Amino acid sequence: MKMLWIIAHKELRDGIRNRWIAAAIMLLGTLALALSLLGSAPTGSIRASSLDIMVINLANLSVYLIPLIALMLSYDSLVAEFERGTMLLLLTYPIARWQVVMGKFVGHALILFMAIFLGYGGAVLILLASGQADIAGWQAYLSMMLSSLLLGCVFIALGYLLSILVKERATAAGSAIALWLIFVVLYDLLLFGLLLLDDQQIISQQVLSMLMLASPTDSYRLINLSLFEEVRHASGISALVSDNAGLSASLLSGVMVLWLLVPLAAVLLIFQRREL
Amino acid sequence: MSETSAVSRDIIDINNVSKAYAGNSVLNNINLQINSGECIVLIGHNGAGKTTLMKLMLGLTRPTSGQINVLGNNPAFSAKTAQHQSLGYLPESVAFHEAMTGRELMHFYSRLKGSPRTECDRLLDLVGLAKAANRRIGTYSKGMRQRLGLAQAMLGNPRLLFLDEPTTGLDPQLRQQFYELIEQLHQQGTTSIISSHALNEVEARADRFIIMKTGSMIASGSLHELYQQAALPVQFSLQTADNRAAEIADRLASLSGVSSLEINQVQANKIKLSCNTQHKMQLLRQLTTADTDIIDINIMPPQLDEIYRYFMQDRPQ
Repeated sequence: MKMLWIIAHKELRDGIRNRWIAAAIMLLGTLALALSLLGSAPTGSIRASSLDIMVINLANLSVYLIPLIALMLSYDSLVAEFERGTMLLLLTYPIARWQVVMGKFVGHALILFMAIFLGYGGAVLILLASGQADIAGWQAYLSMMLSSLLLGCVFIALGYLLSILVKERATAAGSAIALWLIFVVLYDLLLFGLLLLDDQQIISQQVLSMLMLASPTDSYRLINLSLFEEVRHASGISALVSDNAGLSASLLSGVMVLWLLVPLAAVLLIFQRREL
Repeated sequence: MSETSAVSRDIIDINNVSKAYAGNSVLNNINLQINSGECIVLIGHNGAGKTTLMKLMLGLTRPTSGQINVLGNNPAFSAKTAQHQSLGYLPESVAFHEAMTGRELMHFYSRLKGSPRTECDRLLDLVGLAKAANRRIGTYSKGMRQRLGLAQAMLGNPRLLFLDEPTTGLDPQLRQQFYELIEQLHQQGTTSIISSHALNEVEARADRFIIMKTGSMIASGSLHELYQQAALPVQFSLQTADNRAAEIADRLASLSGVSSLEINQVQANKIKLSCNTQHKMQLLRQLTTADTDIIDINIMPPQLDEIYRYFMQDRPQ
């Protein structure tokens, strides 16, 4: 456990040193503030929107942004160390390979945690303090932050997986963009296209639910848009997911946890067998 | 050291080890036992398998066949914590995290090794990096990186040091300091395994040389043993009285008993000749007693680089 923390601590310090953490907090914080003010425009009021509306807006934003941030943190985390030769030296120290990977994971997850909770959390505190928002609906907001962290962790694990599979850092960067496109944009487009073509309604509600479950980003969206009654109404998603196919919160987050654990286990397995 | 057990006497035991990467054979049937406290130098061309042999001993890679035992354990599968605490490694062309300072890096590695923090500054001072300790490694020169590499390898007083071409990028003075350092560690009982191309540097330092060629160990032994194995001729250089050289050379050529004698060069007052090692003393006796016109004799035994060249050229695989 001590070894693991030494690695995590180093990743954290790297994140502080290169201003990564500060930049991510600023980015998420300002976007949250901007969205809370812009989000109220359609309702015609000059007041900032309620937390429920913010959850919808931020969830829709995070589904693009958080995977991107997580992949940027993780895509070269292993391949760059192999390429530079620092991994070679590190592994002659009394540390096991799984401790290296898990240490990095803990460090990167902490960086994301700070970015999300200080960025999104800080924004809402500013709004509360200035009387622009009220506390109602904080559970949905907290759940949004937690699921964002989980989504980020999924993409850190996926980033490690491609980082250990490719031979060069440049390839890793390219594959990270491809990975992001597939999970965040293409999969949903494909699903949408499928529904448009399916004019005889062959695809049942159940199949659609299964297909959405298969993607960690859709699971994330569903958690945030359907979990809380108020949010569900405001998001207009109720027609699609209300009472259907038993997409409970635990099932949805279970899918995401699976998307986290399977790539991470694969990374550990591949790394354990890797010869340097 | 009579109380040391059999296990710790052979600090490294390599039995019939072969290694192939994707079907390409890199090491063939290596057998090597290294005793505690020995200083071993691996020599051989680039690609002879020196680095791979080190990586096998460090547990970074696994042998295709054969067994390796380092400090009583299989390095690839043992519980790393205990064993790797006693290892120090300086990789060939060492690389570090550029954004960290020298001191931060040493702290990081000392925490991993569980050695006290105070050791970091002592080692940085020892390799002459005390002044640069707070600078980013990205600003370091090649020689400074190499010295930092040495400093990290010495963290935690390792019992076993692996140094892969340690003196590349060091200036002559630092090389000297480096070998003094190794000598000190050697006296404390550290076993070191060094790979090097700088044959003239390591000649006087090692207890044993291992000569490698395309993945095989083709010779092993102390300088003296290798010199006898190679049976290279000993060179003599004689200084004679003025203009007597030709005459003396003629007489030497007719000396019976030294069948391997060869006269290589005759000048006005100088003769260069050579003979096999086993005839050296015989020839020397005759030279000193036979002729009073020989003023001075210089004897030059073969150098390591000659021995190395011999093993590289003449031995069939």
